[in-house]
Amino acid sequence: MEIEEVYSSRELDKVEGKAINEFIAGHQQVIPDPDRWLDEELERNILLTSVDAVLNWARRTSMWPVVCFPACCAFEFITTEASRFDLSRFGMEIVRASPRHADLMITAGTLTWKMAPQVKRIYDQMAEPKWVIAMGACAISGGIFASSYSVVPGYNRIIPVDVYLPGCPPRPEALIHGIRMLHQKISRKSLISGGE
Amino acid sequence: MTLALSGKDIAAKIEGKFPKSVVEAAAESLLVEAESLSEIAAYLKNTPGLDFDYLTAVSGVDYLDCFEVVYHLTSIEHNHSLVLKARCYNRENPVLPSVVGLWRTADFQEREIYDLLGISFEGHPNLKRIALWEGFEGHPLRKDFL
Repeated sequence: MEIEEVYSSRELDKVEGKAINEFIAGHQQVIPDPDRWLDEELERNILLTSVDAVLNWARRTSMWPVVCFPACCAFEFITTEASRFDLSRFGMEIVRASPRHADLMITAGTLTWKMAPQVKRIYDQMAEPKWVIAMGACAISGGIFASSYSVVPGYNRIIPVDVYLPGCPPRPEALIHGIRMLHQKISRKSLISGGE
Repeated sequence: MTLALSGKDIAAKIEGKFPKSVVEAAAESLLVEAESLSEIAAYLKNTPGLDFDYLTAVSGVDYLDCFEVVYHLTSIEHNHSLVLKARCYNRENPVLPSVVGLWRTADFQEREIYDLLGISFEGHPNLKRIALWEGFEGHPLRKDFL
């Protein structure tokens, strides 16, 4: 094989160089962002809102649940998290093993008095602001075990509950509904009045 | 399929060796005197041909006039099984010999029976509550608990 056939010819290099120079010359101006549809304030990166609205929006659309899976409701919760019901649509997906990373406790299961001090401790370790969804009959009242010698008749004996979610167990749709209700509750929270 | 040995057949083998130890021998179970339980259990485990090397489960029953403890024994070597029972008539302070020395399975299960029925197992190395907490009053699986 001849060497000239391996390397590109000078003529071809000149054609390529000319094309590049012309390309540079033709792209000296910035293409405007396609933001004609935006408001004028937003175009200038200015957003006017209330502190409450922003805080509540940030809190409710990115909730981090802590692990509290004492019984069978956990499986409905796990299903809700998984692909079929896709809880990440509502800004929450990862369940934290550490209460320091979490702001939501979904109490998915029957609680015994022997386990209750640990659950209370996990709740106490969560940083403010924090919320609790009592998931299922056992979490609300002890369920069918309400009169038992060993079962806590409702999580509200040990921690404050924001949303009561009935069912035995509640279906994933119901859990999502409960989470949406909690979102609404958080939306009404105010820095000044507390919104409780 | 595991062959369930007849309590009557086992009773025939035991009676010569431990006189008056069998209370009731039925086709499906063998009820023995509590005093003889330890030696009979050791005999069932260590006798060639019986070799009950595996304790499947221990459970307790409250019949109000007595407590009964049921031992489900299995021989993995011979693939046969036996249901052994012993009773205890003292309601205030029921005591039975422990079989932990023969089968480690009994460790947690005897503790559970102690926890929920209040039967003490003499010779258990660590007899304390397992499911309920220290200081719980009463034994909730007793028929007269509530």
